[in-house]
Amino acid sequence: MTTERMDTIMGNLLRTGVLLAAAVVAVGGVWYLAGNPPAGNPAAVKLIWIGLGILVATPVARVVFSVAAFALAGDRIYVAITLIVLLVLLYSIAAAWW
Amino acid sequence: VHPLPFTAIVFAISVAAGFLGSLTGLGGGVIVTPVLTLLLGVDLHHAMGASLISVIATSSGAAAAYVKEGYSNVRAGMFLEIATTLGAVAGAHLTTVLPGSALAEIFGVVLLYSAWHSLRQGRPAGPRPPSAPDPLAERLRLEGSYPESGHLVSYGVSRVKAGFSLMCGAGLLSGLLGIGSGAMKVIAMDQVMRIPFKVSTTTSNFMIGVTAAASAGIYFRRGYLEAPLVMPVMLGVLAGSMAGARTLMGAGTRSLRLVFAAVVGLMAIEMIASGLAGGVR
Repeated sequence: MTTERMDTIMGNLLRTGVLLAAAVVAVGGVWYLAGNPPAGNPAAVKLIWIGLGILVATPVARVVFSVAAFALAGDRIYVAITLIVLLVLLYSIAAAWW
Repeated sequence: VHPLPFTAIVFAISVAAGFLGSLTGLGGGVIVTPVLTLLLGVDLHHAMGASLISVIATSSGAAAAYVKEGYSNVRAGMFLEIATTLGAVAGAHLTTVLPGSALAEIFGVVLLYSAWHSLRQGRPAGPRPPSAPDPLAERLRLEGSYPESGHLVSYGVSRVKAGFSLMCGAGLLSGLLGIGSGAMKVIAMDQVMRIPFKVSTTTSNFMIGVTAAASAGIYFRRGYLEAPLVMPVMLGVLAGSMAGARTLMGAGTRSLRLVFAAVVGLMAIEMIASGLAGGVR
């Protein structure tokens, strides 16, 4: 995979993730505010959380993609570098539950 | 009380913060937090959480365009993300240990520095003395090139270790205050590692999302993320910064930048004062 190709895929990945997350959060937000009373609408709040989850997952997905792309290119140093970043991110995600 | 008026006010403030943050290069996150705490009385931790999430949205959105255009140095960014993510995790844990008053003071100082730094941007860059290429940079193949007026300009990278250390600090501030800390990232690359300014700013943008994501889990665990608050802040800052990115910097924006830096400076002092008075409530 060429660097240009990798950059294009990464750009598309980031854009899609952010737009999808914003759309889900917006729908959840409108639904939440339309509720009566809003605090009594846990499903809408859950939808906002799903959107926020997609948003946080977007840069993580970018790092996962980089690990795979560098592995395909046989670039061992950068597979190791991106794996370290991925491990730190996974630690933070795990910390959300424990 | 119905949350609609509050949500609408927070959304409007966030659009403005995102727009001005994008126009001045300060970033929306660092502006929205003091406004939410000082003006609306939002809890500092909750404001930081909402800001952190908005930072992921704006940086990823902007990075998408820059990466495709070939400005960002993806390899350097990924390598330096080791430093920023580790720093961010440490910073996010520190927020739970430090008292709120200390956080407000640190935030104020960082904000004050950012305002001053944003004023210096756009000054004509003088020729820089050539610096020796770093063998480590060659080993990691950090050198790159970027498009400028139709052709590619190549550049090398210096002082990798010093830049890496500074990036640990940038990550720490990001996790500690829920900001992108783009200014410090740019300083590390532009001033220390001698990466061209345009490449430094776009690569910084590329790194901010991953850096902020490294704190997000810890913020969530600590209850700093409140969905009804994060929602309007994230959508507002994202919309505002997208509009700001499309606005050309002209003569009018130059004076706007001056006025804005003064306002941000005042907010910073207010933030420090509130910290000294025992913390933002």
